[in-house]
Amino acid sequence: MKVPVSIQINGRLYESEVEPRKLLVHFIRDLDNLTGTKVGCDTSQCGACTVLLDGVAVKSCTCLAVQADGAEVTTIEGLAQNGELHPLQEAFWNKHGLQCGFCTPGMIFASHELLRTNPDPTDEEIRHGLEGNLCRCTGYQNIVRSVREAADIMNADTQDGGEG
Amino acid sequence: MSSKIFGSGIRRREDPRLVTGGAAYTDDITLPGMVYAAMLRSPHAHARIDDVDVSAAAAAEGVLAVYPGADTEDALQPVPTAWLLPDSDLQVAPYPAIAKDTVRYVGDIVAVVVAESRYQAYDALDLIAVDYDPLPAVTHPQQATEPDAPQLHEGISGNQALHWTVAGGDIDAAFADAEVVVKERIVQQRLIPNAMETRAAVAQYRQASGELTFWNTTQNPHIARFICSAVTGIPEDRLRVIAPEVGGGFGSKIAVYPADFVTIFCSMRLGRPVKWTETRSENYQATTHGRDHVQEVELAATKDGKITGLRCTVWAGLGAYLSTAAPGIPTILHGLMLSGVYDIPAVKEDVFGAYTNATPVEAYRGAGRPEATFMLERLVDKLANELEMDPAEVRRRNLIPRFEDGHDVITGLTYDSGDYPAALDKLLDHAGYDDLRRQQAEARNEGRYLGIGLSTYVEICGLGPSQVAGAIGFQGGLWESAIIRFHPSGKVHVFIGASPHGQGEETTFAQIVASEVGVSPEDVRVFHGDTDNTPMGWGTYGSRTTAVGGAALALTARKIKEKAKIVAAHLLEAAVEDIDYEDGNFFVKGSPDRGKTIQDIALMANVSWDMPEGVESGLEASTFYDPPNFTFPFGAHLAVVEVHPQTGQVKLERYIAVDDCGPQINPVIVAGQVHGGVVQGIGQALWEEAVYDDSGQLVTGTMLDYAMPRADRLPEIEVLSTVTPSPHHPIGVKGIGEAGTIASTVTVYNAVLDALQPLGVDSVAMPLTPERVWRAIQESGGD
Repeated sequence: MKVPVSIQINGRLYESEVEPRKLLVHFIRDLDNLTGTKVGCDTSQCGACTVLLDGVAVKSCTCLAVQADGAEVTTIEGLAQNGELHPLQEAFWNKHGLQCGFCTPGMIFASHELLRTNPDPTDEEIRHGLEGNLCRCTGYQNIVRSVREAADIMNADTQDGGEG
Repeated sequence: MSSKIFGSGIRRREDPRLVTGGAAYTDDITLPGMVYAAMLRSPHAHARIDDVDVSAAAAAEGVLAVYPGADTEDALQPVPTAWLLPDSDLQVAPYPAIAKDTVRYVGDIVAVVVAESRYQAYDALDLIAVDYDPLPAVTHPQQATEPDAPQLHEGISGNQALHWTVAGGDIDAAFADAEVVVKERIVQQRLIPNAMETRAAVAQYRQASGELTFWNTTQNPHIARFICSAVTGIPEDRLRVIAPEVGGGFGSKIAVYPADFVTIFCSMRLGRPVKWTETRSENYQATTHGRDHVQEVELAATKDGKITGLRCTVWAGLGAYLSTAAPGIPTILHGLMLSGVYDIPAVKEDVFGAYTNATPVEAYRGAGRPEATFMLERLVDKLANELEMDPAEVRRRNLIPRFEDGHDVITGLTYDSGDYPAALDKLLDHAGYDDLRRQQAEARNEGRYLGIGLSTYVEICGLGPSQVAGAIGFQGGLWESAIIRFHPSGKVHVFIGASPHGQGEETTFAQIVASEVGVSPEDVRVFHGDTDNTPMGWGTYGSRTTAVGGAALALTARKIKEKAKIVAAHLLEAAVEDIDYEDGNFFVKGSPDRGKTIQDIALMANVSWDMPEGVESGLEASTFYDPPNFTFPFGAHLAVVEVHPQTGQVKLERYIAVDDCGPQINPVIVAGQVHGGVVQGIGQALWEEAVYDDSGQLVTGTMLDYAMPRADRLPEIEVLSTVTPSPHHPIGVKGIGEAGTIASTVTVYNAVLDALQPLGVDSVAMPLTPERVWRAIQESGGD
């Protein structure tokens, strides 16, 4: 009935036996208190559960744990490096890009994906890039500003020879 | 530092934990031995329950228990409403936590399963066999009151939950003498609040001591404690409610719900911690909805645009049962705001609250006030059209002039302060209104349909005083409390009764304390949401947390300062009258260099080696603040849209908000509240609607079917403000949480209808979807 999976999350390997139907988001949340990834809906509309799967953003409620077997997952707990917030985390804080914070982890990873594929988006492109993630508090305006600021910082870092 | 911290847009201290996944919401809490509950909900809008067979479910793998209504009937008291509106013939229908004989909406709980895992609990739901005998259903609030409508509750005739009236002035004379009358039938469609966190509960009952700890997605943990105690029988002193991180509420987390009591019941029976987390589809069915008014409104006026009367009848759908605050929303919070920012000499409103086979309705951002503002501001635009006057000019002719300390209006309220003409002028000036009208005329010549929509508003915040609460039947107080405690090192703990859930009061409240007593906001920690370690509070709703809780806190900080002054005088060997204060420094007049800092005083008060005679040790104070009146924020909003007549598509080009919430503690947070509020109101105007079919099925039952505002459909909102302090509030603030929503629905609606005016369309039902707009254009024969 159960099948073995081995999934690396935030650099640490988790080996477990799961029911084939178990959603990746539940696998993540049930482990080690990694509850930063949120479940906001049951139809893949809200994007609160977005994580990186091998570096690409996925809605982890739309992915089975068994599909992530052998993959590397990054959740919001693993985004800051060496105690330093990722520029997106810093920018969401700077620009008041969150209120209740529930959509924020998913919103940050959707933004991460947008900047990975389009490092210098216009505001319109940012809005388009985030249309798969819902926020009920902010009206999105400060989220757009946050992504804009993060893009500027990451581009400046890249030009300075940093890792971006 | 201190004098500048009030009004500074500092970053929120809540955010580091929220952007790193370090915050714990209710569903993030796991306890040893925890088991999981899942609710079986009625698929019928109205049906008799002939039989519930739980045997197969009870035998399923991992299942600990299955309880139908027969098991909870005696253990749980009926779910109460907390607003017993007087003079309204209020009929409170019995509201069982689990339905035993009859279900009355899709989502009514029929049984609960508790299992070792969430997956097992949901699997077992499918094994419960319920024999239903379906009954006819009614979900429309006006149809529910018609003679042949299906009846929901025995002994409640015509499904009428309440009939409430507000009247002032001579309304019959106003209409008899009217030179112009404009009328409208408006449907304020049902909305689904959609806080991004669904509801959840964790109940940990300790059978040995009879104590319950209850983590809950609530806006008001102390009210939840009070009501949970009444329903479950657990004494209030043994019941601890914790609202951990709460992911938005918008009114939908005010109510204490059947599923909350059922989760507690399960923990009491099983002696295990029990978690229940709502799915989103369940949230759509069972977490309270908003609005749902049918309004017939008429406005009387003179030929020169002076409004002389407003008369309306409102049918308000309340759903199958009365939710916690439901009776007060379409009445007190609606009818008392009828006259808005205008001097209107006569008003009358009849409100019929109706039971319907639909999800219970509660407060939803704005709660009664958007529905009132919409009626008035829509009819003002119709009046302008009728008189061929500019809508801004009609508004200007009726505005209450500037006042600083009280203005009585026809509904019986006394507004605290306002400068409505200034807000409107600022709006029109910033928008370039005359230019916009010119652009509109040019566009029309080119066959393009630009619309300009306006709305003014005034709203009630800071609900209080408690005497008023009693008079209007609210079964609680409306004061707030705060405790400030200085530690020896000068660090500060603040404990508040109010319970914010995304509004950022951990930051703004630290700013209040910092500005009053001269500490750094970094040194102030704000605790809320745990009934065991915070003083009593009446909750975060109605934009009251800063308006009432902020006042309690400011007054507490002033008590601290007074005591500190006495200690400083003693240490400086001076008379108290000779002590001056500036930015955290207490000093003898003229000698600021030789003062004592608030930190020095906190240390001395705590070690207490050398205190003035008769002065207690410690530096701590508390206040219970009962406001003398409501506060009345106000503003004026404008939207520019373009409507494409061939498709009915509405493009929102600009949105400008001028809001006056008094002095702003943190303008960045204020703007954030405006953005979010405006977008929620735009959602009602353009996209959102809870739709039931004739049998009472919720056909917009998932996020796939219910259209939430998305980032790519919105323009940048231009946020401006004016500042008119409340005369009765210690720091003058009024509240901002709901303002945007109150103004924006009708602003956008007016803009779309303004665009459609040349096409002969003067009414379209909300939401203004392309299809509806297109049909309206076709039916009018335009374009």
